[in-house]
Amino acid sequence: MDTCIEKIRAIGADLLAKGTVEKVIGFADGSIPMATRPMALTSDKDVDKLVFNSVCGLNLANYVSKNSLSNKEGKIAVVAKGCDARNLVTHIVENQISREQIYIIGVPCTGMVDKRKIAALFDDEITGFEEHGDTLTITSASKTETVKKADVLRHNCRVCTHRNPPVYDVMAGDPVEEQTLDHPYEDVDQIAAMDLDARWAYFENLTKNCIRCYACRNACPLCYCPTCFVDESSPQWVGKGQNEIDVTTFHFLRAFHCAGRCTDCGACVEACPMGINVRDFTRKLNKDALELFGWEAGLVLDKRPPLDAYSPNDPNDFIK
Amino acid sequence: MMGNLLEHMGVDRDRIHFSWISSAEATKFVDVVKEISEKVRALGPNKKFVKDYNK
Ligand code: SF4
Ligand code: SF4
Ligand code: SF4
Repeated sequence: MDTCIEKIRAIGADLLAKGTVEKVIGFADGSIPMATRPMALTSDKDVDKLVFNSVCGLNLANYVSKNSLSNKEGKIAVVAKGCDARNLVTHIVENQISREQIYIIGVPCTGMVDKRKIAALFDDEITGFEEHGDTLTITSASKTETVKKADVLRHNCRVCTHRNPPVYDVMAGDPVEEQTLDHPYEDVDQIAAMDLDARWAYFENLTKNCIRCYACRNACPLCYCPTCFVDESSPQWVGKGQNEIDVTTFHFLRAFHCAGRCTDCGACVEACPMGINVRDFTRKLNKDALELFGWEAGLVLDKRPPLDAYSPNDPNDFIK
Repeated sequence: MMGNLLEHMGVDRDRIHFSWISSAEATKFVDVVKEISEKVRALGPNKKFVKDYNK
């Protein structure tokens, strides 16, 4: 994956120099090791700031300004992994941006790492992170650890079957082989195997440390409402405190608003300061979207998400 | 899908009902309400997704 970055920089520089795009949104190094941040470049002289590695876990589709279409903004290039590209497609389908306003620099992706898993190997602060092929070398004041990237992949990347962007303007590398999975929704089935009370307890336990910071919502490209239902005050749809039912209501509704739209990019989990796997909610919806509607979000430009469109063939045995 | 997610989170399926009833379908309305009441009564009081204001 190291090789892609030279290509990404060259493409970015060319697009900016020729004025094909107004800005390039990509990843840049963060202020601490093992972190990256989104960055928007407007000059081809800055492209050396761009990086691409295994800690680019955020979703850059989130940083294309929402309502770009109605604001008639200029063309933007976005560095996009498989999942970012799928969320850009979703933006286009949902009329947040037009296809012409966006230039997708597709990056074949081999997955992002779970930083919490790596941090758990250390008692002290991580001071260095290096990547060579599929080997990661992480250092702290007390020791150096070498791990295989495959052993520390995020769960969503382990089960990702769309590592290559389905839609793009240019690719920054050769396509990677897509994974085929025997049991793609094992995590969902494990929860489904519990009895009702155990499931309720599982989700209560899952969200018990939630501090309602809404980082999961803010990191998600799907959440572009000008005022989120949790922030409304007239009417106030949900209590704003730490009451566990309010917390559960927030999580249930946030997830449901992503039904049939979620690409399982994992940005929500990446952003959560409390390490909560909020994907446990959206994964069930993704599984249902696939099983009931044969749908995976963000793969095609000419179809709307299943809950957004009516078809006489929609499953309707739940309704009396 | 909403019902499925609620059930996945541990809410009893018999508490979740969806129906489409025209304002002219009085008997259907009565039948549906009866059926829902019976199912929910059989389950007893709901303890999940209930906000306790005393906490
Ligand atoms: S979900 Fe897929 S495309 Fe996205 S970062 Fe993980 S492996 Fe890459
Ligand atoms: S809900 Fe999470 S996994 Fe799904 S699209 Fe949003 S950020 Fe990505
Ligand atoms: S990011 Fe984590 S702590 Fe913050 S609201 Fe979401 S789940 Fe709760």
